Order: sequence, then structure tokens, then C-alpha cells
Amino acid sequence: MIGNLPLITVGLITVIGLFTIVSKRNLIKILMGLNIFEAAVNLFLISIGYREGGIAPIYTNAVQGLMVLPTPQALTLTSIVIGVATTAMLLAFVTIIYRNYGTVDTDRIRELRE
Amino acid sequence: MSWELLRLHAPALLIAVPLVASFAMPILGRTKLSRGIIALGAMALTSCIAIFLSYTVYTSGVLLYVFGAESPALSIPPDSGGIPIRIIFTIDALSAFMTLIVAIVGFSVFLYSMSSDQRHTGLEGYYTLFLMMIAGILGMVNTGDLFNFFVFLEISSLAGAGLVAFRIEKGKAVEGALKFAVLSTMGALLLLFAVGIFYWQYDALNIAAIASRMQFSLLDQIALVMLVAALAMKCGSVPLHFWTPDAYSMAPSSVTAMLVVSSQASLYGLFRVIFTLYGIKLDWVTVGWIVIALGMLSMFVGVTMAIPQKDVKRLMAYHAISQTGYMLLGVGVGIAVLGDPASLQSYGMAAIDGGLFHIFNHAMYKGLLFLTAGAIIYVTGTRDMNAMGGLGHRMKYTMIFFMIGALAIAGIPPFNGFASKLVIYESVYRFSPVLAIIAMLVSILTLASFVKVFHSVFMGPELPEYDTGREVPLPMLLGMGLLAGIVIVIGIFPAPFIDHLVAPAAQALVNQAGYISAVAGGG
Repeated sequence: MIGNLPLITVGLITVIGLFTIVSKRNLIKILMGLNIFEAAVNLFLISIGYREGGIAPIYTNAVQGLMVLPTPQALTLTSIVIGVATTAMLLAFVTIIYRNYGTVDTDRIRELRE
Repeated sequence: MSWELLRLHAPALLIAVPLVASFAMPILGRTKLSRGIIALGAMALTSCIAIFLSYTVYTSGVLLYVFGAESPALSIPPDSGGIPIRIIFTIDALSAFMTLIVAIVGFSVFLYSMSSDQRHTGLEGYYTLFLMMIAGILGMVNTGDLFNFFVFLEISSLAGAGLVAFRIEKGKAVEGALKFAVLSTMGALLLLFAVGIFYWQYDALNIAAIASRMQFSLLDQIALVMLVAALAMKCGSVPLHFWTPDAYSMAPSSVTAMLVVSSQASLYGLFRVIFTLYGIKLDWVTVGWIVIALGMLSMFVGVTMAIPQKDVKRLMAYHAISQTGYMLLGVGVGIAVLGDPASLQSYGMAAIDGGLFHIFNHAMYKGLLFLTAGAIIYVTGTRDMNAMGGLGHRMKYTMIFFMIGALAIAGIPPFNGFASKLVIYESVYRFSPVLAIIAMLVSILTLASFVKVFHSVFMGPELPEYDTGREVPLPMLLGMGLLAGIVIVIGIFPAPFIDHLVAPAAQALVNQAGYISAVAGGG
């Protein structure tokens, strides 16, 4: 049970993130939901690479013993970097929308709907 | 020596050339001349490498390129326990086929963009993003690594979203880009989740390595749902299509033509996942019917939404959704008979051929149509078709190119749309006559819609507000002419094209064992 705690957390914040994206109307809150979902995916990647009692996977002068898997950590790092770029771009979009429309409410941003 | 090195490292150069040019652009692209030389030069070079690479793959089989290995074909290091640990490009005939599409459309679009976009500022940033998007799409279709696919997918969607928003247009373009970017990010995260699930079970990220260990357990089924949802969203299929008209209509026209190719790279990803990653281990009848259902819905919803549109590019965007349906239908029929060798040989392969052939043809005629729409907007300055009229008097070449594109999309002989639709109708009819008849009806509606566009834009008396309008500049005509030429040539001689380009690609898609052994046997 306690070993599954990271995965239960992943499930929980995935639901919170997706629910926020679907239910909120404020663009900033939608982006926050997106970031929460992203955190869930990152936590999932880290937790699949974890080994009970493992040490950091650095081979130089390593002591004997179990190591955690390095690949998921590399994936997570890449994913975090991509996430930063995406969030920055999306926030820039929201800023421009706010300047032009004067609102960040999705119900009032409907210039493109017919 | 150097020629040999060049040949050996062509897959890496394919990505490196546009990427390096993209980052050189903000520094070196300050003047109009240097910007044009770098952008067009880099794209021409990329297209040459792409065509050379496709030729190599079609003549001598699957090509492996292992990044950072002592020998580019050394896929499994001796001390790794049989798991390919490096990033591997696995370029089979299907990847080569998609690479060819990017090469042709990319070059035409850059040629066109040399004059269509020159009235705007900030062009060095524009070409930076544009070249990055090309690198992303090329990476998506050539990579043999699932995580790498995610990275390239993000590169192409981020660059694509930046380009959609490029001309802010009082916030409207940014609104379209925001929808595109949020949905792309969600799709990419779902894909990453699925990648995590695979790594958890199989300790591998390479598509071939995962495919050879595939158990089709409950977790794999969850991963399949995530992958199909993410990639169906990215390729603009109904019911997750609503970003498509917004993003396509608000992007600059040269970008829209490339966004079509970007969506098709996602479609490639979908087919690659279903055929190569899962193969016949999945429940092929159910998955096949799901893909067919997505296709039929896209076809029908796309065309019915297109008919009442007033914005010329929005109308074409809905038609793009509808045409994506044909590709899903063709390949979906192939999936539905995947485990049944008799049906697969008698009509399943033909259906896959048709679906893939339609991907190629769609990229050509849809690219052409979006470029003509851009030419119309370039001259008139409006997107509203009700405000246009009589443009045929002054824009004769654009009118001819539009007619070629419109007749091709409606499936009228002798244009390429007819060739691929005929293959789809024939094979799907043997699977289920009803589906084929609906597909034909959608084609008729498409024709009706484009006749209306043609009439309201080009026919009628010359309107006084456009009597200073002239034909668009030569580079734009050349870009459109290149695509129009291909539409006609393929339409008149489809048979050699199907035999030599499409059929090997379809074979490569179905031949899962060949894909796995190409990677596993490379060490």
C-alpha cells in the first residue's frame, strides 16, 4: 500500500488537473490545470524509475548497491523543460488576449465561433 | 570520403540543417536578402537531403541511424542486454513516403512565402519558427523512439502555435493559437503518460523493442486509448476537431499549408502506433471499427460544417477535416481485416494503399488550395467570400490553380484526388458497401461547396474596389504551380506512383516483423 502511494498521488492529481482544465472558465486557471496535469505525468515518470533503497545513478566512485533508474529521470528533465517553454508561450498568448479583449473568461472570448 | 560521410549521416543532417538554419536566422537574417537566402537555401537543402534519403530507403530497404554510436547502424550496444538504449532513427518506406511529402510541400511553401509574407515585420522570428516546425515534422516521421516522437511532436506543435499567433489580428489569431497550443499540450502529455506506461513494463523506449515484447495487457490497453486519443486530436479528427478551423483559418496561408502536413505527421504517428507498436496483438476488429467510425464522422461533420462558412480559409479547414476522414476510412478498413490474411490480401492492402495515397494527394491539393486562398487574401485584403467577386478577370493563374485544387479535392478525374478516392471506394465497397456510398456522397457535397466558392470568388462582374488588383508576384505563382503540376501528373499517371511509392509504404506499415528485425538485427 505505502509503496503505491506515488501512483495513487499521480491518479489524484491527474484527476484534479483534468477537472480544472474542463470545468474552469478563466484562462489562467485552465493553464494551472494543465500544469497540474503535467506535474502528475512527471511524478509518474519518476515513480516508475524508483527502486526501494536505491541511490542516485552516478557511476563515478559509486558505492555498491541498488540504483534508481536513470532514464525516467532524464525523461522527466526533458519534460519539465518542454513544460516551461509551453507555459511561457501560453501565458504570453493569454496576455495578448487580455490586452485585446479585456477579459480572460472563455465564455466571452468567442470572436472565432460562428 | 566526404561524399560517403554525407550519405552515411543523411538522417542526422535532415534534422540538423533546418534546426541550425532556424537558430542562425535571428542573427544572420537581419536583411531581406540574407533572410531569403538562408530560409530558401536551408529548405532547398533539406528537401534535397529528404529526396535523396527517400530514394535510398526505397531502393535499399530500411535505414537505421543510431545517434552517438560508433557506427550509425549499431543499434544494440554489446553490453546493454539486448535493449537499444540510444536514440534511433528507423526510416522505412512509410517514413520515406512522409519525408517526401514534407520535402515537396515545404519547398513550395517557402517559395510562396518569399513574397506573400514580405509585407510584415519580424520575419526573422517567423522563419525561425517555420524552420523549427519543419525539423519537428521531419523528426516525427523518421524517429524510431517513442520518447523522441514526443519531443518532436512538441517542437512542431509549439512552433506551429507560435506561427498561428504570428499576426495577432486584434487577438483573433492568438485565440486560435491558444486553443491549438492547449490541446496540443494535453495530447502530448497523454502521449508521455503512455510512454511512461511502456517504460514501466518493458524497460524500453524504442518502438521496435516495445513491439517485440508487447503483451497487450490491461496497461497496454490503457496506453493504446491514450495514444489514439492524443494522436486523433492532433490530426484534427472529429470529435476533437474544434481547434482545426480556428488555427487553420487564422494562420498565415503559407503556414496553414504546412499545418496540414503537421497534422498528417500525427496521422502517421497514429498508424505507426496501431500497426507497428501493437500489430495483430490488439483487438483489430474493434480498433479498426473505431478508426472507421472516427473517419466517417470526420468526413460527414467536416463537409456539413464547411458548407455554410463565409470565411474562405475556414471553409477549407472544414474540408481538411472531411478529407482526413477518407484517410482514416481507408486505413481503418485495413486495420479491421489485419488478422485475416485472405481479406487483407484481397482488399485490405488496397484500402491501406488508398488511405496512404490520399495522405500524399491531400497534402498536395490542400496545400495548393490554402496557397490560392492566401493569394486571394493577399490581393483583396479580406477573408469574407461575400465581399469578393469577379477576381477571375485579373487573377487568371490563381483561378486556374484554384480550379485544379478544387477539382482534385472533389475527386474529379484526371486529378490526383480522383485516383486515391477511386482506390478507397473500390476496396471499401468490398468491405462494406454502405461506407463506400457515404464516402461518395461526401465527395459530391465537397464538389458542391467548392463550386459555390469558385462562383462567389472568381465569377461575376469586376468589383470596383478590386480593379487595382493584379496577379500575385512570381514566387507565389511558382510555389502554387509546383503543387498544381504534381496534382496533375499524379492524376494522369497514378499507376506507377502507386506501385513504386505507395505500395511499398503500405507493405512497410503492415510488416511489423520486418520493422522489429531491422532494429534488433542491426547490432
